[in-house]
This record gives sequence, C-alpha cells and structure tokens, in this order.
Amino acid sequence: MIGKTSHDTTTELKEILHRRWRLGEKLIESWIFLAGILTIVVLLGIIVLLLKEGLSAFWYTPPWEFLFGTKWYPVSEPPTFGITSFFVATLWVTLVATAISVPIGVACAAYLAEVAPAKVRETVKPIIEILAGIPSVVMGFIGLLLLSPLVQSAFNLNTGLCGLTAGIMLSLMSLPIIISVSEDALRAVPDDFREASYALGATKWETIRHVCIPGALSGITAAVMLGVGRAIGETMTVLMVAGGALAVPVSPTDPMMPMTAVIASGIGNAVRGGLQYQALFAIGLILFAITLAVNLFADRVLDRQKRKFAR
Amino acid sequence: MRAGVISKRQLSQRTAFSLLITATIIVILPVLAIVIQIIVSGADAISLEFLTEAPSQAGKAGGILPAIVGTFYLMLGTIIVALPLGVMAGIYLTEYARDNWFTRSINLAIVNLAGVPSIVYGLFGLGVFVLLFHFGMSLLSASLTLACQALAMTVTTSREAILAVPREYREGSLAVGATRWQTIRHLVLPQALPGIITGAVLAMSRAAGETAPILVVGAAFLLPGLPQSPFDQFMALPYHLYTVAAHIPGMARSTMWGVALVLLVVVLSFNVLATVIRLRARQRRYSS
Repeated sequence: MIGKTSHDTTTELKEILHRRWRLGEKLIESWIFLAGILTIVVLLGIIVLLLKEGLSAFWYTPPWEFLFGTKWYPVSEPPTFGITSFFVATLWVTLVATAISVPIGVACAAYLAEVAPAKVRETVKPIIEILAGIPSVVMGFIGLLLLSPLVQSAFNLNTGLCGLTAGIMLSLMSLPIIISVSEDALRAVPDDFREASYALGATKWETIRHVCIPGALSGITAAVMLGVGRAIGETMTVLMVAGGALAVPVSPTDPMMPMTAVIASGIGNAVRGGLQYQALFAIGLILFAITLAVNLFADRVLDRQKRKFAR
Repeated sequence: MRAGVISKRQLSQRTAFSLLITATIIVILPVLAIVIQIIVSGADAISLEFLTEAPSQAGKAGGILPAIVGTFYLMLGTIIVALPLGVMAGIYLTEYARDNWFTRSINLAIVNLAGVPSIVYGLFGLGVFVLLFHFGMSLLSASLTLACQALAMTVTTSREAILAVPREYREGSLAVGATRWQTIRHLVLPQALPGIITGAVLAMSRAAGETAPILVVGAAFLLPGLPQSPFDQFMALPYHLYTVAAHIPGMARSTMWGVALVLLVVVLSFNVLATVIRLRARQRRYSS
C-alpha cells in the first residue's frame, strides 16, 4: 500500500483546524452567554448583600421601631435607630420635585411632540440633553451657592438649605426623563387618531387635550413614575442642599435629611459590620425596594403602551 | 354668533399653546443660566497652574491635576469593564436568546439595574469589592462599582445598535455558509459599531460625574501624588467639588467654580462627542 497522499493530509489538517475553530467559536459563544447572565448576577448580588446586611439590623431594632422611630443616635450608648425623619424628608423632597416637574415636563413634552416646529425642537432637545448630562454634584453645588440664598430670602427662612431647595433642584433633574418618555408616548399615538379628530372639526389644542394626551396617558404615567424614582434615589443634591437636620420635618421649608443623604454621610464613619453599618444597609434595602417597585411598575405600563398601538 | 364661538375656541388654543411654550422656556432657562454661570465664574479660576499642579493648603491653593487624572482613570477603568461585557450581553440578547423566561429575566434585570440609586451601588461596591474581594478603598473598587452601574447602559445601547442592523445582512451571510459567530463578528458588529461607541462614550460621561458611589468606595480629598496602582486611593473631580463646596470652610468661591467648570467641561464634551458620532453615522447611512 502507498502511504497517505498529500491530499488526505491536507483534508485532515483542515478538519483539525476547522474543529479547533469551531471550538473557539463555542468558547466565545459561552462567554457571550455568561455576559448575559452577569446582569442578573449583579442585580441578585445587590439584593443578597442588602438583605444580608440590612436584615441583620432588624435583630437589634425591630422593623416596626426602625421604620417608625424618630430617634437616630447611631453613636450613643446604646445606639437608637429610627428612620421616620429621613423617610418623611424623602417624601417631602420627592413631593416638591414631582409637583414642579410633572406639569412642566408634560407640558414641555406636549409642546415638543405636537406643536413645536422642527427647528425649535432641534434647538430645545440638545439643551434638555445637556440638562440630563449635568452631574448631580454640580446641581447640588448650584443649589448651595445660587438657589438657597434665593429661597431663604423669598420665604424669609433661617437657612436656605431645606427640603424646598432640594426639591426644586431635584425637579430640574427629573425633567429630562419625564420629557423624553412623555414625548415618546405622545409620538406613539397614531396620526390617524389626530386626523380623525381634525375631521370632526376639533382644533389642534382640542386634539392634543382630548385625543393625544388620553392616548398617551399610560406612557405619561410611566414617565412620572421614572421621574419620581429618580428623585427618590438622588443622593448628592439632597446631601448638599437639604439641610441635614435630624428632626422630623413638618414643612418643606425645614432643613431635613432624606434617606440617601443619611447613607452617604454616615457610611464613611460606620464600623464595618457594626450596628450603624447594618442600619445604613437597611435604609439602602428600603430605598432599593421602593425604586424597584417604581421601575417595575413603569416598565409594565410602558410595555402595555407599546402594545396598545402596535399593529 | 358662529364666528364668536370659533374665536373662543381659538382663544383657548392660543392660551394653551402659550402655556406649553412657557413650560418649555421654564425648562430651558435654568439650564442656560447654570451653564453660563459656571463658565463665567469658573473661567477666573482656570490657569495653567490650576490644571497642572497638585493641591496644597487643604485644596485652597495649587491646582486640581490629581482630581482630573483620577477622573480619567475612573472613566477608563469603568469602560474597560463595562463595554466588553455590555456588548457581549447585547449580542446574546439579540442574536442568541430565545423568547423565554430566562431572556425576560435578563431584560427585567437590566431595567431594574438602570433604576437602582447610585448610593446603593456604593453600598454594593463597599460590600463586594472593598470588603469581600479585599480590593480595599481603591481605584479598582471604584472602577468596578461604576462599571456595574454603567452595565445597564452599555447593554441597552449595544442591544439597540445591534437590533438596528437589518436582518437581510445576517440572512445573506448565513446563506453563503458563514457561521453565526462569523456573521456577528464580520457583519453585525461593524455595522452596529457607531451605536455601541455612542453608548460607551455616554457611559463614560456618566461615570465622570458620579459622586455618591465613589464617596463610599475610595475617593480621597487630598493626596500628595497621582495613584500609582489600581489598589491606590484616588482623587476625582466630582468628589473634589463636593468637598470644597460643602466641607472646607473659607474656601475661595472662584476655586469652587473652577472645579465645577472643569468637571462640566469633561462631562459635556463627552456628551457632545457621543452626539457627533451618532450624527456622523446617521449621515453615512443616509448618503450610502
């Protein structure tokens, strides 16, 4: 018998190479799969860590006292952990922020989506993108130096560093998301609806008021929810301008300390694994639970809106 | 009579529209005021010394070079981790994933990661990178923390960019015998690249401005020199701004405005860069 021909060898070599190539490809594809899983791993990691550290705080302070206690003395002996002041503070700043940003944001979105000429829209949109890009610490800085003196003199307060100032700055920061999501929702309303409304003799405004906005309502709701989520989770601005007082705030013009600010200002001094450390993680857990609920709700609503006009 | 009714309706339309315009102006004016004020007030502080020297006298004299460098290291560290992972996850979601509970839970995880407050990412970084992995309060811990936060964004933008590549491209490639990975590598990814880069640049801009997470996992206010290794502590512009504005009594206002201006320039220039890339890619698509 004659030995292997060169042709056979080449084929064999090709096959080996091919197999190795396929192997490399499988390897890459498994990495891709792992990267997909990683997003879930990070979220689960956050949940597990917050639960592990946060729930241990409730061994020391029962959940009821933790939520409804008004005294926060982390370094006295024995320490007391009650977060009512912080929870109420978060409510106040979020309320102020929402009360300002929702009507203005939705009106701005309606203008951009339905009324504005293309040229105006192309000038306004980049400005809103700039607003979205301004870091929260810069907003806090502006609130500290520019807005708080104005608020102080306008309302005749002892200090301009209060929930109202923080809420006004937060409203600016929630505006971009409220505007862009509401605008998308308005644009998703099919033109047939508008034309039908015009054909019935409605003016443009009547069409916006009675056709476009009701049609986009679920999307606008989601926009509001996302804006609220943004305001609740915002840290630097409230840390710098809300005033930092530990008492339960009874009016938005009181100095106050929202939950995010408590974590940011306390975590640096807290002993790792100590009672204060755990209490701060418990606040983180509550914050996370609230924003999770808000986001899940917004996502659900947006999904429904998308399906509503899909054909 | 009829004319009166119509004019009444037109009047209400006019009133409503002017309200909408007013709302839009209320949105725009503060933005312009803030940006212009920072540029005008910050310009006084900017000098070669301010940009190229280390701070002295608790930040009251000298410059902010270590903070600028620290912020660039952070942006780099964040994107080195978040971009490849984001692109791969984007490829998985668009090219491989089936419509089942697993894919839905990945998408749900992304939506929720995007909404997690930044301070909670800080707690996560502290618990996992600083303490569990023993990376300490360091540049590495901070970069990984910011990368986790940026992940939602890089995955989403990669996914959108890849989805925008027409299906015919893939079908043509598969029809001539290319494997699925070859198709992705040589056809889909090059097409999606501008969109992916845009997302990456935006994520870097966000990382540059984040303060709360790095405050928890390792930013320092004053350091004598630049960080020498990923395990060193670091200075960063946003944290520096926070400290000089809120914690150092007797700080000159012009210094604060100067830091704010440098930070704003870094963040917004990356935003502009992202917009330019996006517009150019769109132009090329329309012209070809």
